[in-house]
This record gives sequence, structure tokens and C-alpha cells, in this order.
Amino acid sequence: MSTVELKPKDLKSNQEVRWCPGCGDYSILNSVQAVLAESGVKKENMCVISGIGCSSRFPYYMGTYGFHSIHGRALAVATGTKAANPDLSVWVATGDGDCMSIGGNHFIHTLRRNLDVKILMFNNQIYGLTKGQYSPTTPKGQVTKTSPYGAIDAPFHPLNLALGAGATFVARTMDTQPKHMQKILKAAAEHKGTAFVEIWQNCVIFNDGAWKEWTTKEVRDDRTIDLVPGEPMLFGKDLEKGLHVECCETSIVGKEEATTWKADTASPVPGFLLAQLDNEPDLPNAIGIFRQVEQPTYDGLITEQIDQVTSKKGKGTLKSLIYTPDAWTVD
Amino acid sequence: MTTEVIRQEDVVIRFVGDSGDGMQITGSQFTDTTAKVGNDLATFPDFPSEIRAPAGTRAGVSGFQIHFSSADIFTPGDGPDVLVAMNAAALIENYKDLKPGGIVIANTGSFTDKDLAKAKLESNPLEDGTLGAFRVIKIDINERVIQALADSPLTKKDVLRCKNFYTLGLMYWLYSRPVEPTLEWLAAKFKSKPELVDANQAALKAGYNAGSIHELFQGRYEVAPQQNVAKGTYRNIMGNEGLALGLVAGAHMADLEVLLGSYPITPATDILQHLAKMKNHGVITMQMEDEIAGICSAIGGSYAGKLGVTTTSGPGMALKSEALGLAVMTELPLVVVNVQRAGPSTGLPTKVEQADLFQSLYGRNGEAPIPVLACSSPADAFDCAVEACRIATQYMTPVILLSDNYIANGSEPWKLPELDKMVHFPVVRPEAGDDPYLPYRRDEKLSRPWAVPGQPGLEHRIGGLEKEHETGNVSHNPENHQMMVEMRLAKVMGIRKTIPTPEPHGNDGDLLVIGWGSTYGAIRSAVEKMSADGMKVAHLHLRHVFPLPEGLPEIFARYKQIVVPELNMGQLARVLQGEYPEFRFKPFDKVQGKPFTAFELREMFTEMLEVVS
Repeated sequence: MSTVELKPKDLKSNQEVRWCPGCGDYSILNSVQAVLAESGVKKENMCVISGIGCSSRFPYYMGTYGFHSIHGRALAVATGTKAANPDLSVWVATGDGDCMSIGGNHFIHTLRRNLDVKILMFNNQIYGLTKGQYSPTTPKGQVTKTSPYGAIDAPFHPLNLALGAGATFVARTMDTQPKHMQKILKAAAEHKGTAFVEIWQNCVIFNDGAWKEWTTKEVRDDRTIDLVPGEPMLFGKDLEKGLHVECCETSIVGKEEATTWKADTASPVPGFLLAQLDNEPDLPNAIGIFRQVEQPTYDGLITEQIDQVTSKKGKGTLKSLIYTPDAWTVD
Repeated sequence: MTTEVIRQEDVVIRFVGDSGDGMQITGSQFTDTTAKVGNDLATFPDFPSEIRAPAGTRAGVSGFQIHFSSADIFTPGDGPDVLVAMNAAALIENYKDLKPGGIVIANTGSFTDKDLAKAKLESNPLEDGTLGAFRVIKIDINERVIQALADSPLTKKDVLRCKNFYTLGLMYWLYSRPVEPTLEWLAAKFKSKPELVDANQAALKAGYNAGSIHELFQGRYEVAPQQNVAKGTYRNIMGNEGLALGLVAGAHMADLEVLLGSYPITPATDILQHLAKMKNHGVITMQMEDEIAGICSAIGGSYAGKLGVTTTSGPGMALKSEALGLAVMTELPLVVVNVQRAGPSTGLPTKVEQADLFQSLYGRNGEAPIPVLACSSPADAFDCAVEACRIATQYMTPVILLSDNYIANGSEPWKLPELDKMVHFPVVRPEAGDDPYLPYRRDEKLSRPWAVPGQPGLEHRIGGLEKEHETGNVSHNPENHQMMVEMRLAKVMGIRKTIPTPEPHGNDGDLLVIGWGSTYGAIRSAVEKMSADGMKVAHLHLRHVFPLPEGLPEIFARYKQIVVPELNMGQLARVLQGEYPEFRFKPFDKVQGKPFTAFELREMFTEMLEVVS
């Protein structure tokens, strides 16, 4: 399908990448460049928009068009950019604080409109750029600089927030599995509508090991399950175990009895259920694609309305704008 | 029966009633018909911020004032000659504004004991001498409408809702206006509800006929069409509509299309509503989730090559201030319209004030200069919007355009611009060359090039961090920051080269009155009269508030005194005092949620002249 020959290095900018050594962001940058290079989109039609935070430095490292905006507002900026030019492939790089705290309003409204942008939320459960305050995804009880006696705020479940807001594509991946990440990013790129991808990202400095319960090599086969629409829900080193869902109970079974995962049910309830397996210590935590449904996009509808009205009323001119039938002439 | 026709040059009528009585429709229909008759006119509606305060109470009173004339006029008039009061609360809230000897037309059907109680009146003002100074004409409009619509299939409640058209018919007769335009309007308005067309048309005709049959009045009046009107084509226009049209016209001039990101807020919402209908001009309107999303989406639209616009009022402006800084830093074109209302905080959302000038000039973190324009009337709103688009696109800068509640909802005849005389300012995109694209390389105006996503070879990154000169890369270099701060200011100050020096209107010598925004009409009326009387008074009105035009000190030097009337606590006066310390700018302030009257200004100016002489 590729019509443009692009290599990942063509998508690098001339700016030095300045994330901390060992930061999970490097892996995300490489994966995005790999997936976009193969996406068939022309380089000049790629646009990366961000807010504020470590993740939001992302546009500076991409050789594409890019806009590093203000805290929490990337999606609002992206709404204008995508509406102005629906041919663009617009990607938003954001973090748990930028997206779900200061930008929470834009987040839910972008999802309900189904604007055709790809949202990559780097979730490290901490404010990194301001050096270690609790974020809206920090677990209760965690000690941070602003919660010296433990955080008392209940955290958001990002996937559930997205599902509840009517998201048409919801997925999760992690910085330590580039292959999985690229598979998910490719699916997101191909989705027509808002694609929300939560990326478990490790902040080596201020919240090291936040996801290690699920992400380290030693545990991840048994402690995570990759949801693949249309496939049985299997996990374990040799995919020998299955997950059985009978609303609203989830249990571990042999691979033969595993439920086939459907991400396009009329109701997003199965996605909700599987998005919070972390509440159940005996079950693996889910990554992969939680929801994938087709709906008209906001930018598509804007263009459609303009075309409809224009074909009905005729293309507006300066004259038709100013000289209307209610005008009168004085000679 | 013959009725005496009395010629008048100039009339002010105020329609007042409950907010459910349809006074705004009555007023706007009277206005449209009057425009067609050929009078000069100016209107001002006055309505409560509650959509429906309890019926019949003082809080629920809604009004519409129209000033029409055979001569040139500048304001909706100080006080009315005729007050049409649909109920007791409306009368009591408004009668004090009537000119001495004015006429009250009162709907006695809504002066029952119950109505008086709702208006918190102990006695009936129609009977107790309250209106001694006025001519009172009592008509039970409720009863008349019920009689006129005896055959209508409508319920009694719905029949009574036609009383505004009965009243309008009566006023059409009294002021010798034709009923046909409103009959046609009703037929179109209620096309799908023929019973409503019939009832309202019948009420209108009944009211009109009542004027002649019932001998309620000693005569009828005629206000002849305005003579010596400049040749041309005209439309009656309200301020918010003028802004909407001007923004789209400005985009046409720049060869762009408007992308509006906005959030509903009184009194700016109409602009969003008007633009939402203009899709065949390629206009994109997005009603965003909040004020911040409104401006940010507009900035995102400008980044992608549209003319980004956001519209709001003071409280919304406060929310947009961080993003305004982003537009300054990224040097993208953006037009921000603030239709001011009385503040602070929620303030008086439906009342007029000019107290957001400081906010516009200074309300941002860091050194963030933004050009500020102010329109002075509904028709001027169009020109100012086009000018804002010119500055935004030619100088790659956000522009703040100030209007206010008085302009937004007021109306006047607008002489349409001759299309072939409108000046185009097409945007020219940079093209990719052999050298790397430099997004912050400046032209002779210090403006940067505007490449947009989708253009091959010009890929670049912008953002809110300080930019390195020319490359636009992030830079923390101290000298670079100083240079960029100075450059952004110099760019905005350079706009002065393209704006004309305004000329004072009136007689040189004793007193210069400086205004900005919607005080134009009241100041002009006052100064016109005084200078006609031979006084050495002149009026200078500023459209460009920042940067100020060149040549002002030379003008100031021609007067002994300078006064700056404003609907705030002296904001422009302080700006001018800081800018031109060699002159003394005397503030004259009013913050009552009401416009200046020409009368009070004249008194003030006369007093200043007397003190000196």
C-alpha cells in the first residue's frame, strides 16, 4: 500500500533528543517513526502536536510538521489543525498529567466527536518535567513530592475514561515491547477516527518500575494478556492459558475454553471489564485493542456539511455576502 | 374622517414589556420597516440576563429603543419621546427616562391589582399622578387583541401572545409606516403554522386600524425620509452581524477561509451563530467544549492555513490569555473578538461597559504585545473586522478586536462597501528551495513566513518555548531572548506605518474629546451640537488603540484641554497619560451598565469650557 518510500530516519529532526537516559520515551519515538514511515502517508502530511510535559517534547524530534503547544491543550489545537486540513495525519503526544488532568476536558470531548487523530498517552503515573508530583493516574497511597504521606486521590483508569467518553478505538501497549507497540500503532494509524493508545511508559528518575508488576521479561507472559479482536484471549509463555468472560465475571481457563475477543460489540462493556483487570490480583492485566468500531469522523462531517451547504446555496462570494436581498439603494 | 399629520424630524420610541411579551421582535420589525421607509436610525435593545424572570416583575422587563430621523443621527437617543409599556413593571422601570412632555402608551390590561403587586407597586401609576409630566394614552391591548382574534382557533393564552403585533400595528399607524413588510415577514416566519400567520397578521392589522378608528391620538406623525443621504446601497445591520460579515470578508481579502473556534457567551454568541450559517463561504465553525478550546482550535486552524478566529466576552477572554501568549510566540495570525460586557467576573452580562481595555493590552504573562482595535458602531464593526484580518495576516500576529454589548445588539443603516474599492491583502505562502526553510526569518515588516502542513519541503516545528532567531529552534540563549522580545514588539509597533492618523471632527481650540469604541455616537452627537453652536470643541475617535496611530501629539497640541469619556474607570485616559505625559488627559467615567447620553456629555464638556473661560 505504501506509495511513498520513507525510512524511519527520514522522520528524525536535526534536534538532539533530550530525554533522560533510559527513558521509555525513546522506544516510543522509534516505534512511531517506524510505523509512520511505513504508513504510506507523505511526510509533509504528517503533523505531531503536543502539550506540555516530557512526552510533549516529541514534535521537536520528528522531522515532520509539529506543534508544541501549551499544557493540556494539544487536542484542542489538533482539532483546529485536523478540521482545517483533513488530509493530514495528525498525531498527539501527551502524558497522564497533560491529557487527563489539565487537558481532561479536551480529551473527553475529542473522543465523543471522533476527530480523526491518534492520541498517544505516555502513562508513567507521575509528573516528570516538574520532578515528581502525583498525577491523575498515580495509585492511591503512593508517596511523591506532593503526597509525602501517600496520595489520597483515586486514580483514573484511562481506558475506561476513554470508553465512557465514546471512544471508537482504545488500546494499550508498553514501552518495553516495541513489537507490540508497533502493531498497536499501526492499527491506530489505520483506524478512521480518534485512536486512543495508552502506553505504559517508565520514568526512570521519578517513578521507576511503576509498571514492573506486568512489564518485566520475567512476568509479562503470565501477567499480561494481549487482546486481539477476533482471536481467542490467550496468554502465558506458550499461549497455553485462556481467559473466559461471562459478563461480568472473568476467569482463567484452558486455552480451548478461551473466549474469542470482540472489540466491536454494541456496548463497550466488555472493554470496561477487561480494562480493569488490575483490580483482580489473580488475573493477568490486559494490553492490546479494547475497542475498535467505525463511526463518522468529526472532520469528515465538517467537510460534508460545507460541501452540502455549498452545493445547495452556491459558493459564497464577497458580493453574495454583502449585497443581500434586504439591501436598498439610494440614488 | 381626516386625521392631522404632524411632521417630525426626529423620534425616539421605546417598547417595554415583560421578557415574554416579544418586545425585541416588535422593535426589530419596527426597525426594519423604518429602514425601508428611508429614515436614518439607531437602535438599542435592553434585556435582562435571565431568560424568563418571573412574569410581570421588574426583573423581567425587556426593552427596545429606536431612534429614527430625517437627519443624520449617531445614537439610539438619550431618552424616548414615546414609551410603549406593556405592563406595570415595564412602565415603572422606564418612565423616568421619558423626555418631558413625552407620550406614554400603556396597556391597561396589564395594570390589574395582581400586576401592580408583581411590580411591587402600592398604587396604579396610571392613576396616582406618577405620570403627571407626560401625555398618557390608555388602551386595554389585551382586551382588544381578544376581540380582534375572536374567530381564531388559538387558545386565549396564545391569542394574548399576539398583543405585540397589535401594538406594532398601532405604532405603524401612529408613525405612518407601512404594514406590508411585517405581514410578509410573518408569512415567511411561521410558514409551517398558518394559524399563527393569520392570528399575528390579524392582530397587526387590527392595531393599525385601531389608530384611525378609535381616535386614540390627536393626530398621526410622519418622519420624512432622510434627505441628502449618500448615494449607495444600504442594509440595516446589528453589531455582531457586522463583525461576522467583516470576518468572512476579511478572509476573502486574504484569499483564506475562516476557522472559528468558539464557546457560547453573552453578548458574543450571535457571531458564532451568524458564522455557522456561512458554510458556503468555506467557513468552519466549531462550538468547542470551553473558551480555551475555542482559541486553541483557532490557533491550530491557523497553523494549518486557515484564518483562525475566536469570539468571546470578558470572562472568556480571561480564560484565553495563556493561549494568546502562544499565538504571540508562534506568530500565527489570529483574530480574537471580545464583545465586552460589564464586569468583573460574571458582572452584568447584558449590560454595556468598556472595562476590558487593560485586559486586552496587558492581560498576559511575559512581554506579549498584541494589536488592539475597537469598533465604534454596528456598521464600523464590519470595517474593523476586515482591518483585524489584514493586520493578523500581514503581520503574523494575534489581533484583539473590541466591541461591546451596545454595538453588538444595536443596529443602524450600513452603507455597503463598493466591492471594487475594497483592498485585497492576499497571503503568499513560502516555497521550498534548496536551503532549509527558516520559519522565523523575517521580512521588511518583521513578519515571518507562513508555511503550512501539507507543503512539501517546509516541514518545521513551532511551539510556546522561546524561538531561536530565523531557525525557530528552541533557544534558551539570553541574548536571543532579548532580541526576540524586542523584535516581536518592533513588529507590532511597525503596524503604525499602515494606519491613518485620525482627524478630529469639530472646531479646534478649547476642548478635544477623545473616545474609543461604542461611545462614538454619544460623543459625536454632543460635539456636533456644541460645535454647531460655535464652541471650540472637537471629537477624536480611536480605532487603533494599540499601537496608537502616529501624529497624535500634533493634534493634542491644538487644544487647551483634553477629556476622555469612557465606560470604565479611565483606562484609555491612563494609557494616553503614560504615552504622552506632556499632555493632561482628564478622565470622565461612567460604570452603570448604561451608555453615555449625549446630554450628560454636553453638560460635562460645557462645564469644562466654563471653568477655563
